[in-house]
Amino acid sequence: MQELDALIQKAASPPAPYGPALSPDEAEVDRVMTICNACRYCEGFCAVFPAMTRLLEFGKADIHYLANVCHNCGACLHACQYAAPHEFAVNVPRAMARVRAGTYTEFSWPPALGVLYKRAGLTVSLATAGGLALFLVLMLRVNGSLANKPLAGDFYAIFPHNLLVWMFGVVFLYAILALGMGVARFWRLVSPPAAGPGVKGAAAAEAVGDVLSLKYLGGGHGDGCNDEDDRFTLRRRRFHHLTFYGFLCCFIATSVATVYHYFLDYHAPYPVLSVPVLFGTVGGIGLLIGPAGLLWFNIRRDPRHGDTGQKPMDRGFIALLFLVGISGLALLAWRDTAAMALLLALHLGFVMAFFLTMPYGKFAHGVFRSAALLKNTLEKRRSGPA
Amino acid sequence: MLDVLVIGGGNAALCAALMAREAGAEVMLLEAAPKDWRGGNSQHTRNLRCMHDAPQDVLVDAYPEEEFWQDLLKVTGGRTDEPLARLAIRASSDCRDWMRKHGVRFQRSLSGTLHLARTNAFFMGGGKALVNAYYRSAENLGVRIRYDAPVDGLELDGGRFVAARVGKERIQARACVVAAGGFESNREWLREAWGENAAGEWPADNFLIRGTRFNKGVLLKDLLDAGADAVGDPTQFHCVAIDARAPLYDGGICTRIDCVSLGIAVNRDAQRFYDEGEDFWPKRYAIWGRLVAQQPGQIGYSIIDSKSVGHFMPPVFPGEKADTLPALAAKLGLDEASFMRTVDDYNAACRVGRFNHEVLDDCHTEGLAPPKTHWARPLDQAPYYAYALRPGVTFTYLGVKIDEHAAVHFSGRPSANLFAAGEMMAGNILGQGYTAGVGMSIGTAFGRIAGARAAAAALRPEPAQAIG
Repeated sequence: MQELDALIQKAASPPAPYGPALSPDEAEVDRVMTICNACRYCEGFCAVFPAMTRLLEFGKADIHYLANVCHNCGACLHACQYAAPHEFAVNVPRAMARVRAGTYTEFSWPPALGVLYKRAGLTVSLATAGGLALFLVLMLRVNGSLANKPLAGDFYAIFPHNLLVWMFGVVFLYAILALGMGVARFWRLVSPPAAGPGVKGAAAAEAVGDVLSLKYLGGGHGDGCNDEDDRFTLRRRRFHHLTFYGFLCCFIATSVATVYHYFLDYHAPYPVLSVPVLFGTVGGIGLLIGPAGLLWFNIRRDPRHGDTGQKPMDRGFIALLFLVGISGLALLAWRDTAAMALLLALHLGFVMAFFLTMPYGKFAHGVFRSAALLKNTLEKRRSGPA
Repeated sequence: MLDVLVIGGGNAALCAALMAREAGAEVMLLEAAPKDWRGGNSQHTRNLRCMHDAPQDVLVDAYPEEEFWQDLLKVTGGRTDEPLARLAIRASSDCRDWMRKHGVRFQRSLSGTLHLARTNAFFMGGGKALVNAYYRSAENLGVRIRYDAPVDGLELDGGRFVAARVGKERIQARACVVAAGGFESNREWLREAWGENAAGEWPADNFLIRGTRFNKGVLLKDLLDAGADAVGDPTQFHCVAIDARAPLYDGGICTRIDCVSLGIAVNRDAQRFYDEGEDFWPKRYAIWGRLVAQQPGQIGYSIIDSKSVGHFMPPVFPGEKADTLPALAAKLGLDEASFMRTVDDYNAACRVGRFNHEVLDDCHTEGLAPPKTHWARPLDQAPYYAYALRPGVTFTYLGVKIDEHAAVHFSGRPSANLFAAGEMMAGNILGQGYTAGVGMSIGTAFGRIAGARAAAAALRPEPAQAIG
């Protein structure tokens, strides 16, 4: 066993086969993938293992690429003959999760703010406190009190429309810029293969499908992924869908309202049966049920799945989405009452916190994973069907 | 009283427990291992060999009964039982819907295993995923499962099962299925079976066990001591050449060294000892464990040059690497002069035609003993790589004699309520040799038969017409 320990040590230490030296978390992925590549039993579960078989050695770029393809579904851990207590102690989801945290930190923009990922729970708390304080103070200044006379849902009587557009526009554009800069650097590191436009189109279409369907939470057999034990269920996939599409509906609601406001000269408040309110309502309900389910499964997850150190980031993000959803629905429900101003300030505070933390929290997983999945569909086309 | 007691916790035991439960029996399953290590050798498997007459989901083309039988006949050198073998072969053709019903999922043959796409159905996630699915299904159906419950022995009345002893506990049942594996992890028994060789070595001391650390053969020994009819030779087993640095137990698939047919293999004296290119590696890998076991010091070295890198499954541990052949010999501790003579003779004897590892190509040696009949290319492209090989035992073939109902035989007569499945009876079919996935075919077929028969024996006890 001493010999084996020495080998494991050796496999876990630099120098890397090529490229820059590996961090301890990256070296663990290298060690684990070397074992997996000699086994390959999990090939059917997801895209990580077929991508792995296209490699003989694992450099830094490969490791960050594979880590972001991994959806932390848990299937390969429960199926692993080399999982602890075996001395190889293979835990692919955990090794990948730790490197993903490294990806987010290393590729954040500006780089100095990468530290916010390491304190993701605190980051979300501070952003939420800041967002709430900002809008409550603003409201008190404009409105003079926490209550208001019924305004028939006219938000802009509290906060002028142009002020909101200006504030959220700047923060949102900044978030897009920061995420874009980060993922662009990531894309250069993982250097996907060159491809013709036809191949690129097909690869992109497939990757979009993989993202929108959460294909890799299906387990390869379609039975789903693992939560508290080796049983497969579609619950996590479905609650993620509710969250993601709920968010998308809310985004559509806001976008349509913006078009109404600027291009059709049609101003809020909109009736209950209007496009913005319908999308907002459906989205808000999705953002209630989806994150609630995800939080429940996050709490019940087998502690061996992923990196427990990232739970604050996961749960902070989930909780914030839930608060965005519930405050939005509350605002809709009581928009004609004296509580409207207060509910509006709360809702806007949560939304502001969400936008502020987009480039420095769990939201980034969607961006980096989408990029990694696109590289995967491009790679597949280079080396033929895997 | 319990209807059916199943002793063992791998594929065969689970199949038996599920079948008995489906037949309406009250079933308890005793797994010797703790939950984390459950599943015996099944946790290390990846597929089962399946007869089929037309393409099926993950299986291409056809693999008819006769071809399966001929393959089995060839690898066992005729040391098999044709009726039992054909029973397992036929059962492999229609067991997969039942497996799916209990949660087992299949996947296409893994990359690097194209040669098995026709004959073997791969389990999605491998054998541990299969074992997990069966345990979930067994729990859902109400099979009582106990872990950390090693059976020390059986209480028999003639050839009739009465009870099993777990420590001080006595567990009675109307019928019993034993599926508790071979004795591969019992070092003393292996040592005794292999004995001392002419050079004064005890070869088994240098064996590594690819399989579970829990198969100590306690129940097998107990049954044989109690008069169950034995089948098989205690030195016969499924044994492949694995990396000498593999862990002592549970090395599983990833410790296999798959580059033997691409280069040469030498022993401790730097001599070649067998035709490395005799046939496709998947058809030969199972003889190399035994070949290495017969070498001095029970060690061998697979040597390749850079031309072969990337043409085989990547090994789990890095090979020894050197820029010259003498430097490689020094790293391996082999006598340089002997090693260079062996390599030079081999290189000079190579007749290289069109190298193709996918077919039995025309690259061969001339005037060399032993010859290399395919894929013979000179070792001449630095850097050079070497992997030290040890015999890696998967499971032993010594077992109890059974009949087509999986009933254990005592003095030639079948027991009325004691049945065996899996490695404990695989030796009825596998007298020697191995072909990929056949262990799971045998375990599934006879596990299901044993479970059904045990339930029938428990629920409809007939007047003792056999023995007991």
